[in-house]
Amino acid sequence: MSAAFRISGAGRLSQAKTASFSFDDKSYTGIEGDTLASALLANGVHLVGRSFKYHRPRGFLSAGAEEPNALVQIVRDDARKTPNVRATVQELYDGLTANSQNRWPSLAFDVGAVNDLASPLFSAGFYYKTFMWPKSAWKNLYEPKIRAAAGLGVSPEKPDPDHYAARYAHCEVLVLGGGAAGIAAALAAAETGVRVILADEQAEFGGSLRFESGAKIDGENGFAWAQAAIARLKAMDNVRVLSRTTAFGYYAQNFVGLVERVSDHLKSPGRELARERLWQVRANRVVIATGAIERHMVFANNDRPGVMLASAARTYLNHYGVAVGKNVGVYTANDSAYAAAIDLKKAGVNIAAIVDLRDNPAGPVIDEARALGIEINFGRAVVSAGGKLRVSSMTVQPKNGGGERTIPVDAILMSAGWTPSVHLFSQSRGKVAFNDETRRFVPGTYAQDCVSVGACNGTDGLDATIDEAYAAGAKAAKEAGGKDSSGKTGKGAKPKVDAGESWSRGMLGAGPGAGPGTTVKAFVDFQNDVTAKDIRQAVHEGMRSIEHVKRFTTNGMATDQGKTSNMHGLAIAADELGKPIPQVGLTTFRAPYTPVTFGSIVGHARGALFDPTRRTATHGWAASQGAVFEDVGHWKRAWYFPKAGEDMHKAVDRECVTVRKVGGLFDASTLGKIEVVGPDAAKFMELLYTNPWEKLETGRCRYGIMLREDGFIYDDGVVGRLAPDRFHVTTTTGGAPRVMNHMEDYLQTEFPHLNVWLTSITEQWAVIAVQGPKSREIIAPLVEGIDMSDEAMPHMSVREGKICGVPTRLFRMSFTGERGFEVNVPADYGEAVWEALWAEGQKHGAVAYGTESMHVLRAEKGYIIVGQDTDGTVTPNDAGLDWAVGKKKTDFVGIRGLTRSDLVAKGRKQLVGLKTKDPKVVLEEGAQIVADPKQPIPMKMIGHVTSSYWSENCGRSIALALVAGGRDRMGETLYVPMPNGTVEVEVTGMVFVDEKGEHLNG
Amino acid sequence: MLLIRCPYCEEERPELEFRNAGEAHIARSTNIAGESDDDFEKFFFIRANPKGVIYERWRHIHGCARFFNAVRDTVTDKFIMTYKAGEPKPAKLPGAAK
Repeated sequence: MSAAFRISGAGRLSQAKTASFSFDDKSYTGIEGDTLASALLANGVHLVGRSFKYHRPRGFLSAGAEEPNALVQIVRDDARKTPNVRATVQELYDGLTANSQNRWPSLAFDVGAVNDLASPLFSAGFYYKTFMWPKSAWKNLYEPKIRAAAGLGVSPEKPDPDHYAARYAHCEVLVLGGGAAGIAAALAAAETGVRVILADEQAEFGGSLRFESGAKIDGENGFAWAQAAIARLKAMDNVRVLSRTTAFGYYAQNFVGLVERVSDHLKSPGRELARERLWQVRANRVVIATGAIERHMVFANNDRPGVMLASAARTYLNHYGVAVGKNVGVYTANDSAYAAAIDLKKAGVNIAAIVDLRDNPAGPVIDEARALGIEINFGRAVVSAGGKLRVSSMTVQPKNGGGERTIPVDAILMSAGWTPSVHLFSQSRGKVAFNDETRRFVPGTYAQDCVSVGACNGTDGLDATIDEAYAAGAKAAKEAGGKDSSGKTGKGAKPKVDAGESWSRGMLGAGPGAGPGTTVKAFVDFQNDVTAKDIRQAVHEGMRSIEHVKRFTTNGMATDQGKTSNMHGLAIAADELGKPIPQVGLTTFRAPYTPVTFGSIVGHARGALFDPTRRTATHGWAASQGAVFEDVGHWKRAWYFPKAGEDMHKAVDRECVTVRKVGGLFDASTLGKIEVVGPDAAKFMELLYTNPWEKLETGRCRYGIMLREDGFIYDDGVVGRLAPDRFHVTTTTGGAPRVMNHMEDYLQTEFPHLNVWLTSITEQWAVIAVQGPKSREIIAPLVEGIDMSDEAMPHMSVREGKICGVPTRLFRMSFTGERGFEVNVPADYGEAVWEALWAEGQKHGAVAYGTESMHVLRAEKGYIIVGQDTDGTVTPNDAGLDWAVGKKKTDFVGIRGLTRSDLVAKGRKQLVGLKTKDPKVVLEEGAQIVADPKQPIPMKMIGHVTSSYWSENCGRSIALALVAGGRDRMGETLYVPMPNGTVEVEVTGMVFVDEKGEHLNG
Repeated sequence: MLLIRCPYCEEERPELEFRNAGEAHIARSTNIAGESDDDFEKFFFIRANPKGVIYERWRHIHGCARFFNAVRDTVTDKFIMTYKAGEPKPAKLPGAAK
């Protein structure tokens, strides 16, 4: 069954291949190859949406990517509900379900249309004027209401089940746009043998050849020639042809982003197919062949469904075989609408009248239209369209005023001329230039290795376009290293244009029907409901720059980015300002050219693949023990190991007490590790750390502090000297990469005379900390070749030997204050050695403990954590670590910074301990500290809490804090004001357990 | 994405492989401990922020890991040239006006 407006014999689709679809729950039949737009039009449906602000009924303006009106929601299932899809580019598939947007309760009867009647309230800049007072109402009342009312489509509520692919590609010549110009350029470039990529946003190549019935190339109809040329290009090994692929962004150094719609046109795409594919292409040369976009005429009610661009009506007829009406009016200011009238007339559609704003135009298309008996009215304007849900008439008037005449029509085709698509050129940072004669912006100064050809370059006529494009393709390829193909004959020679259509001028701005002083709704920007009046009003209210006019009226700011509206808006503003167009300026073109899904940008980088996860060798073991993990940078670290019925506090209390009573195992593998090796290793260490290193004996360790040049603590860690020329340096977990970078920076650029190699060994060694009074008994049975007695291996020493038969670097060191060891083994053996140590530990009743207990245990001893107890403004002295700064040293990074006047001034914040007066109260980390809680607000804050925990070992809470002049305040009472009351604290030393340090050998 | 030529690898690689490392040609004094406040201020705190040509350090961190110097135009973002660490500031830039 053929749809009512499908004309048999017209168009290129095979009528045999039908596809059923639904729109707003009503079923229709279309043909394979249709867009949703052409299929609806074939069924006589023009009304497809409601406008953004006024909820006016809207139909199809265009047949392509520039469509501002026909935005629909495509629904595949609960998780796949894509809003704001342009019906003019959505390809039809059998079973397609589409819904209209921005209407309630129905498309034909929309309550929101009351906005249209109340439109004086919604004039330009109304947001800025209407919703100003009271101030609080914006957040609580206006914004939520406006957002609820203004949305177009509806987002799906479930996660996107589709996947998105990504490809990088390189080529010598990238051709953007596959119309006559792009194909000619690609043919010329391809012949030279260089790598060519040709991309076009449509399903089929040909661009405007889809509707130009008058084009004939190499003896064939233009569209047929395009298909043959594409087949030829596809067969060449050096050419990649991408259809359904939109170049959306042009970035630095000919880096172009394209998105390929892989499966949105398929009935039921298999899971193996990505929905879209992002192409990131680096090209030596780019040929931009993006064509031109037809402009509408600006007159009253030019948004009524059925009023559309002439080229759109021609596309629907010549490509899809669909008549957009039975009795069609034409309103134009240039020749190209005549061709649409002629094509429709020849297909049997009545052309009610052509209304031409020009006084006495002449030319072959006008003669042909006249010969076909079409009524032509020169020097007249359509001042208004009648009808509501569908255009029913057009009112015609002499352009300088006079008697009106109303002509019944069911569609109006309009053309104000063509705007070159300079979007990508402009994105490449090229500067456009205004041509006064043709009144359009065309590419002016180039910033990158690209060239514009054809209509986007302001080149009129098919013959000139093919000449220019073929030459440009050949030149680009030659510049990129290809051979010269310009004189090619035979296959691959320059296509010969036998007949072609010619672009011509037109008009910019509003027609007489929307002249000054009128308040009619003559739309400039359909999607954002901006009228000619709004733009004039913006000028009257003081907007001078087009950038201001744009923001005040929102002209060109909708999802179509002003493809049809920008030039009209600019012309109206310029007219009102009495300035030439170039002086008013053109708004900036920004990526993306058309909306791009987040999915295509994100690709596979979501969920677990969003960011790398680093796991230590014992991760699996810890997970099997029920460990709770915390994220530390990219690492997953065991946080605590709860037993049945334990919450975090109970587990941590048990772990902390057991470590001090017996022992515990802790995975310290995430600490950064750097091996500093070479004849000058000690000299290098002297320069990078505050401590002295030359005299550190082999086999001994030292706690090192690294500063930045400004004197502030940058990192810390225990360093072991394995040999005179070899240091095993540990860093904080989070600081590992930046410490490595810091060391490399100095080694390569400031101290390149030092003979030193730096190697990151973080991933090479798994580190198992065994801490507590029984630590030696736990380790010793597994160790070979190392005397672990206190005499042979005192605190802060390192030995190499074997554990469980594998190599180990065994450190005797402690971050708990108890006797402790850190067992380094090659990461591959980490889990096995851990399990062996765990088995030994079990014999003594040791625990596995996580990062939370590690934090508590170190805080009980006043050991700092760089980045928690320091914040980039803390010196060694501030942290009570002056002893670690080599007093006799003449140079190290930070030595000069430490002597800066503000760093040696009195009253600096110093790290101290805090005990709450009520031992059960645990302070909040980050809480501010004041000396006098009764002072008026804002109070003078003298410091803040950096670390705070419940210490089961102390039977009370403990805290560390940075307090101004803190070490002079020992015993003083300070106050921590909190929302539910002020907490009294006493300033103390930083060591809460074993002040004399006897446990280290206990 | 910019392409940057690493003077050690001797080829252009994508920006993702590099990390900026601040202004170039600021040498650390060999007697930094004895430096005056003014000199230390110039060395540590004061940086050029030109509109136009800037001399800066980059590191080919996800490549050869070497630090090198680059001349870049901050207006166009174009790299005028790159050269190895330790080499003097180029007296003349390629493409510069005569």
